[in-house]
Amino acid sequence: MTDTSPLLDIADLKVAFDTETGTVTPILGVNLKVHAGETVALVGESGSGKSVTSLAVMGLLPRPAGRVAEGRILFRRRSGDSVDLATLPREAMQQLRGGEIAMIFQEPMTSLNPVLSVGEQIAEAVRQHMKLDRRAAQKRAIEMLELVEIPAAASRALEYPHEMSGGMRQRVMIALAMSCNPSLLIADEPTTALDVTVQAQILALIDRLRHDTGMGVLFITHNLGVVAEVADRVTVMYAGQVVEAGPVRALFRGARHPYTRGLMDCLPARAHRGADGRRVVKAIPGTVASALAIHDGCRFGPRCEHAADACRAAPPGLEFAEPEHLTRCIRWRSL
Amino acid sequence: MLGFGLFLRRLFRRRIVLIGALILLVLIVVALAAPWISPFDPNAVRVARRLRPPSAVNWFGTDEYGRDVLSRIIYGSRASLGIGASVVMMSVACGTLLGILAGYFRRLDGPIMRVIDAFMALPDILLAIFLVAVLGASATNVVLALAIVYTPRVARVVRASTLVVRELPFVEAARALGVSTWRIMSVHVLLNVTSPVLVQATFIFAYAVLAEAGLSFLGAGVPQEVPTWGTMIAASQSFSDQAIWLVVFPGLAIVLAALSLQLVGDGLRDMLDPKLRKSL
Amino acid sequence: MTVQGDPLLSVNGLSKWFGSPSQGVRAVNDVSFSVGDGEVLGLVGESGSGKSTIGRLLLRLLDPTNGTIRFEGKDISALNERALRPLRRRMQMVFQDPYASLNPRLRIRQILGEALDAHGLARGKARAARIAELLELVGLSADHADRYPHEFSGGQRQRIGIARALAVEPRLIVADEPVSALDVSVQAQVLNLLQDLRRKLGLSMVLISHDLDVVELMCDRIAVLYLGRLMEVGTAEEVNRNPRHPYTRALLAAAPKPDPDAPKAQRLLKGDLPSPKSPPSGCVFRTRCPLAIEACATTVPALETVAEGHAVACIRSDVQELMTS
Repeated sequence: MTDTSPLLDIADLKVAFDTETGTVTPILGVNLKVHAGETVALVGESGSGKSVTSLAVMGLLPRPAGRVAEGRILFRRRSGDSVDLATLPREAMQQLRGGEIAMIFQEPMTSLNPVLSVGEQIAEAVRQHMKLDRRAAQKRAIEMLELVEIPAAASRALEYPHEMSGGMRQRVMIALAMSCNPSLLIADEPTTALDVTVQAQILALIDRLRHDTGMGVLFITHNLGVVAEVADRVTVMYAGQVVEAGPVRALFRGARHPYTRGLMDCLPARAHRGADGRRVVKAIPGTVASALAIHDGCRFGPRCEHAADACRAAPPGLEFAEPEHLTRCIRWRSL
Repeated sequence: MLGFGLFLRRLFRRRIVLIGALILLVLIVVALAAPWISPFDPNAVRVARRLRPPSAVNWFGTDEYGRDVLSRIIYGSRASLGIGASVVMMSVACGTLLGILAGYFRRLDGPIMRVIDAFMALPDILLAIFLVAVLGASATNVVLALAIVYTPRVARVVRASTLVVRELPFVEAARALGVSTWRIMSVHVLLNVTSPVLVQATFIFAYAVLAEAGLSFLGAGVPQEVPTWGTMIAASQSFSDQAIWLVVFPGLAIVLAALSLQLVGDGLRDMLDPKLRKSL
Repeated sequence: MTVQGDPLLSVNGLSKWFGSPSQGVRAVNDVSFSVGDGEVLGLVGESGSGKSTIGRLLLRLLDPTNGTIRFEGKDISALNERALRPLRRRMQMVFQDPYASLNPRLRIRQILGEALDAHGLARGKARAARIAELLELVGLSADHADRYPHEFSGGQRQRIGIARALAVEPRLIVADEPVSALDVSVQAQVLNLLQDLRRKLGLSMVLISHDLDVVELMCDRIAVLYLGRLMEVGTAEEVNRNPRHPYTRALLAAAPKPDPDAPKAQRLLKGDLPSPKSPPSGCVFRTRCPLAIEACATTVPALETVAEGHAVACIRSDVQELMTS
């Protein structure tokens, strides 16, 4: 393995859930790579499967119902050897999680323990993974709070989660995630619950930490503004599949999938003046398809203005429109 | 609206609900048809046949006076089911009303809940004994006493649900539309508190049947000559080590009644929730 | 779109305190603005800005602590529930959460019917036709009437919520974050629907949102709020192109642009919003303001007109230099 191989390499991932009425596959065809030092945005709406994908990477699929049915999730460890997270035993996964792979969530309140001070929580995580003694762990906790730009870190370390604002709590979550020097950070909608002025601070913080530590970031979001802001490369998911992936500029300048196009065109910031002088946005018709519904052809087909008979005939595969630029659309040439 | 036939068909699609409903039906039919189906006079004393175990003649055995246990259970179902059902209806009606009033109007919350807390602070059976003592021992007064005992339970549950429902945006939307407070309470709030009330109702039925037994045992229940499942268990206490059937059969009757009611209650609750109904 | 004479809605010195006057939260503090006939006013702000509270005060779902609300020339700020009833036909609300704003136990027919019943509209035979008409108006079909809310997607539910508001033929609609709970690809549908309805029915609207792009798209005028106070108000064009208040500028700069080559979002503001329980003295924004001077701590800046239809509450609004973090 050389250093240029990706940190995370998800190939042909399929996740299945066993339910009372049979097996469903909310994830059916995810390919995704994250290299060290880069931010990859995973974009999708509700039901697109972006969060399930991240849970699969973290080995946090609800057991025993959820499982990786096909594909592999290769992770390059710090030691240099690759492991398949899809088949890794639970104990080994636990070692990685919170160690080499860390995760932050949308609502930090639910992932922080309300009865422990934030300093104690970070110190506890540090002690578990880095085998430090109590005093050294406490010192490290305060350093971590300083790292995430919390003013008066030593006194804030004594506070409890409920005493902090949403932005501060998210900083604590990031400090917690960073405390063990992860090489991969999975950020699941980390700024969605925050105000826009605070969001700007958190985005800048994550970006600075990525730059300083050289970690890879998998940034899950539905907000295209945030994507343009933070991502080097973008992967777009729809109804359980990756529909397009490529460098951020290629996607924003020349999307090769009608869904990606539609997502961008329907932003209020891209409104255009209609014939009557009113400003309108170009909406995607219909409702978001469920990954669980049965699809014969292209999953986006029913909402796609370019859909042709061939699109309904067979499910399209991922193909290269340009080097590094994948699309799951058979009509990408005529877009 | 959903036709009644379709309603029943959906309700009974779940086999377990159907079983519950059938048991309940059998119990009710037995209670109504008691004089025709019971093999003996429930109060006929035959000292010669006292404390006989179950046999071909006395299927469920006989008690300490030689009375036929099966016949007493059959007759007892009248009083027990009647008391249970009446207590449930009264306490659910009063409790729901009080709970919604307390939950919806902040001003009423304090006074209503203080009284309810006071009632709940007393042990159920003590309160019931006291009430029966004041009102006098009769079937009606036992029902009244137990309804008063269980009303606070319903009221608490309903108040807690009401506090949640009243803050939901659809209630705010109704207010913004100028929908009357009465309609908000009787439609929006009531419809959304039915599930916890149904669950409570099935519990209360079982409690009421047992509490009636307790009251009878202590001499504060229905008069002795009226057989009820509760009085049968209560009276058997001193013989239970030699005549276990005296406890088992009336006990089984109570369990069956409570269980069937709970199964039907579960089914009804799911039917009342449009979200769950679809998947049934 | 403003007309001569009295505006449709005018708010003067509106305040709302929750809890006791000494320890409570001042959710809305001395806010004044107006909405003309057929006009759409955007209320923009972050959490704690008081924008949703204002929406509920306008509809008198909350009682104001101070100030007046005049609707169609009549002071409605002290009317009791009975006197408010006819008014409820004239102004309506669209809610943020399309899931919780529809009673899960009622069919769509009953939900819309309740709105009609509340004001004795479309009785008897006209009922079914009116419900079908309302559903079609919001882009649904008449046979949706017999379904329950959970059978619809978020976007469709929001359409039902809009239909309910329109059932009583209001003149003013207060829309509280009408699209923020919806998927991106569905937001545009609902925004376009609101624009269509506005034009078709001549509605006036107060649109509450944290999203400046949405507000700029939808609104004629924008009012920017911070910690319960009005910072800036002006035409959408003016506020976006020529923001004068440092908070408005920071807000615009912080919003991420959906363009990888646009300048990165700037974090001009340090720290978090102060608690509304103990707002800063003087100008409430001064603790995060890069331009703050000593005078900002002592006086509450008044809203002053800086250009035609553009007013700012800042003693430093003349400072044009770029702010840096």
